[in-house]
Amino acid sequence: MTSGLATVSYIAATILFILSLGGLANPETARRGNVFGIVGMAIAVLATVLGPRVTPAGYAWIVGALVVGGSIGLYAARKVQMTQMPELVALMHSLVGLAACLVGFASYVDTSTIFPTAAEKSIHEMEIYIGILIGAVTFSGSVIAFGKLSGKIGGKPLLLPARHWLNLAGLLVVIWFGREFLNAHDIQAGMLPLLIMTVVALLFGVHMVMAIGGADMPVVVSMLNSYSGWAAAATGFMLSNDLLIVVGALVGSSGAILSYIMCRAMNRNFISVIAGGFGTGGGAPAAAGGVQPAGEVTPISALETAELLREAKSVVIVPGYGMAVAQAQHTVYEITKHLREKGVNVRFGIHPVAGRMPGHMNVLLAEAKVPYDIVLEMDELNEDFPKTDVSMVIGANDIVNPAAQEDPTSPIAGMPVLEVWKARTSIVMKRSMASGYAGVDNPLFYKENNRMLFGDAKKMLDEVLVALKS
Amino acid sequence: MRIGVPKESAAGEKRVATVPEVVEKLLKLGFTVAVESGAGDAANFADDTYRAAGAEVVGSAAELWAMSDIVFKVRAPSAAEVALMREGSTLIGFIWPAQNPELMQQLAARKVTVLAIDSLPRQLSRAQKMDALTSMAGISGYRAVIEAANAFGRFFNGQITAAGKIPPAKVFVAGAGVAGLAAIGTAANLGAIVRANDTRAEVADQVVSLGGEFVKVDYEEEGSGGGGYAKVMSEGFQQAQREMYAKQAKEADIIITTALIPGKPAPKLITAEMVQSMKPGSVIVDMAGEQGGNCELTVPGEAVVRHGVTIIGYTDLVSRLAKQSSTLYSNNLLRLTEELCKTKDGVIDVNMEDDAIRGLTVVKDGSITWPPPPIKMAAAPAPKAAAAAAAPAAKKGHGHGSGEPMSVQSLATVFGIGALAFLLVGFYAPATFLSHFTVFVLACFVGYMVVWNVTPSLHTPLMSVTNAISSIIAIGALVQVAPPLVGAGGDRPSGLILGLAVFALALTAINMFGGFAVTRRMLAMFRK
Repeated sequence: MTSGLATVSYIAATILFILSLGGLANPETARRGNVFGIVGMAIAVLATVLGPRVTPAGYAWIVGALVVGGSIGLYAARKVQMTQMPELVALMHSLVGLAACLVGFASYVDTSTIFPTAAEKSIHEMEIYIGILIGAVTFSGSVIAFGKLSGKIGGKPLLLPARHWLNLAGLLVVIWFGREFLNAHDIQAGMLPLLIMTVVALLFGVHMVMAIGGADMPVVVSMLNSYSGWAAAATGFMLSNDLLIVVGALVGSSGAILSYIMCRAMNRNFISVIAGGFGTGGGAPAAAGGVQPAGEVTPISALETAELLREAKSVVIVPGYGMAVAQAQHTVYEITKHLREKGVNVRFGIHPVAGRMPGHMNVLLAEAKVPYDIVLEMDELNEDFPKTDVSMVIGANDIVNPAAQEDPTSPIAGMPVLEVWKARTSIVMKRSMASGYAGVDNPLFYKENNRMLFGDAKKMLDEVLVALKS
Repeated sequence: MRIGVPKESAAGEKRVATVPEVVEKLLKLGFTVAVESGAGDAANFADDTYRAAGAEVVGSAAELWAMSDIVFKVRAPSAAEVALMREGSTLIGFIWPAQNPELMQQLAARKVTVLAIDSLPRQLSRAQKMDALTSMAGISGYRAVIEAANAFGRFFNGQITAAGKIPPAKVFVAGAGVAGLAAIGTAANLGAIVRANDTRAEVADQVVSLGGEFVKVDYEEEGSGGGGYAKVMSEGFQQAQREMYAKQAKEADIIITTALIPGKPAPKLITAEMVQSMKPGSVIVDMAGEQGGNCELTVPGEAVVRHGVTIIGYTDLVSRLAKQSSTLYSNNLLRLTEELCKTKDGVIDVNMEDDAIRGLTVVKDGSITWPPPPIKMAAAPAPKAAAAAAAPAAKKGHGHGSGEPMSVQSLATVFGIGALAFLLVGFYAPATFLSHFTVFVLACFVGYMVVWNVTPSLHTPLMSVTNAISSIIAIGALVQVAPPLVGAGGDRPSGLILGLAVFALALTAINMFGGFAVTRRMLAMFRK
């Protein structure tokens, strides 16, 4: 294959990747989009392998690596539970980061590339430096995110004293060694600053994600997604490969937009999420001194819940992370199906940051076979709550907290929330009266038209289902 | 303490402030109750019934006023009644302090305490149970439809009978406050086609929920004036509104108007020409008769026929349903008494720290305490919530979710920084870098445009597919595995590079295959 043909193939692959992302605009074209992605990837890999920059001597190695990696990947994809999607995605990001690091090091020690001018050599080295930096941060950050999401590391933010200064010091170290690295005369001399920077970057990635709490995970996961894209783009610059640059930029901006959407959904500044903890002040519970909700909570039994649901004409279900933890999505679907057969209008309201990654709830509900046309976004549903008979909150807290609208002093003031309390009756399923992630008490529980169904979501929903069917 | 219930002295007033059922409950709160003989007659509550409930029936008004510590009234007291009041006693009833400044002076002079049920801060949710304006308005809305049906020569509901087809009556309700909504519900239940309009756009949902159709005025302006009332609208709006009313007048068989603005004469919505344009036999019920009427031809307190249209301007609609309205009103007073007497020991405490009580109290021990200071919490959250609701809606409209357009200033800053950055890059970077840089910047933009179109429900698949795509980094590994070596590649550590590259390739392969496979699995689950 000639170099011209390879370039043309790259263009085709690029277009296919763009179409692939574009296909995700709605569920019907999404499947086709995924196929575009696969085809694009196949073209890109084949064109590279058959192109002028790979000699037949490498074929065996390449096939071997692809077969080994590919089978591990396919196995993981088949075995993963839908509730574990966030972990899987985080883990995969770490692989991209690590690969970017490795490619960077390999490129650095490669002496076969010749640069006509000193400026080009400097730029190349800078690209390597930045590529490895991003790759390393992505790698260690994703590994920690994986640990947090899978529960191997506690979800509580780890807030070191003077953590902002630590980060700043890290940045200065990275810049200093960047200078050393560029001034190095040969590869041996440059290796030390490069390695030190890699270690600093790895530590930075760990520190950054450790400082972020469980409910901010959607932002972290999408941010790491973005980083993995930028890592690919940096590698593209390093190797003068436009395909890598384009795809890296696509993935990078996609992740950045997702992070932005997630931050907006929490009414929080991207910087403050990344800086860790909740709110800029750090101490969340102290800030909650506004209006303490008064009144009593009214508990309800599964039987009464079934009664309410049976008599309702319109029901909105708001799932949260608690549903994923309890694996209750299948029971939720059974209840939905039963109610829909009875002519009840059942819909789902999804808050953008419900769960631990963007779109987490949608995937869980899709897995449970809930039709996607009754799964609505917050904005689509909020105005319908006054016409809703029963709204059922399953394992969610902050995303349905009326304090966000009613109490300007609340730490979550201004965060868009699902207005479940406007329904005639709202039922909140919860294990106990504990506060949500933000450490804010939820006045919803004390509203006159609210009922609390205490207990494990799965168990209680099973009871509700039995009661409904009897 | 003794609660006294006098017979209402106003002409045509049939209501009574307390019904026997409520007497029993007041006794349980520790009060004694005295009722003037004949107080409940017009509302079909006999003296004997009051006696059976445990009240003392007193022969004359003078005696009753003299012996009572607290007096429950419906209408504001007449000058004669005020003269009967005992110093230090308490009066509860409709007072309308803004409209009756003289009465206020007289009351203050008697050194009494007066709670005006009409001055209740309605925005407090716990005040709803005492809100007599709402309960009375609901009744008048119902009665307005009944009066209209009485004067209207046809059925309300459409029917197909052996004797022919009957079209349903068309009812237009102007003003969808409590009275308007009650009228909409009643008329819709009778089978009429109901349309309604209000300057406050937020009531549209309520109109629809009661079976009505909301008619918009073709003009953008929000008419909420706070406290659940409407405000005076701009000239442009009023013009558009007149056109809409003119059109509705031609079509409707029955018009019910309920438009009131606090402290102002009722707006004239229905002009003489509009009445002329109506079909003969049509009916207008003008519920704003007391404030001058919404129709130019209304005669307050009477039903008249003009241009073949019956115009009903009764001001006693509530009184015409005396038993119902007395019952609801006395329940409102009971709730208020409960608030005043939290200890249930038959002694009231007018607690001026309590927002609801503070608002109600217009005269306290002889000094005028009206108007009350504004309630702090009420005003702040309402506009905020509206803004919060409006913002996402605006965002949706933009196609890209990027929200409101940036302000000129911040846009200029962004462009400025961007231009500076490009300038620096262009100045220092070599040509080869620039061509890659071009591609990079363009790709960022393409990514930006494409990703905004992704539906939020597919964010997880988006992440897994972009993740799979980012394994394009495999290309980087591929080209290092076994490149064709040219020239000075002699000291290239091929073994090390090969190892790194193959390892990287295996890692990306996990990602590549795994990512696409899991995306496929997820997408297969999304179904209608």
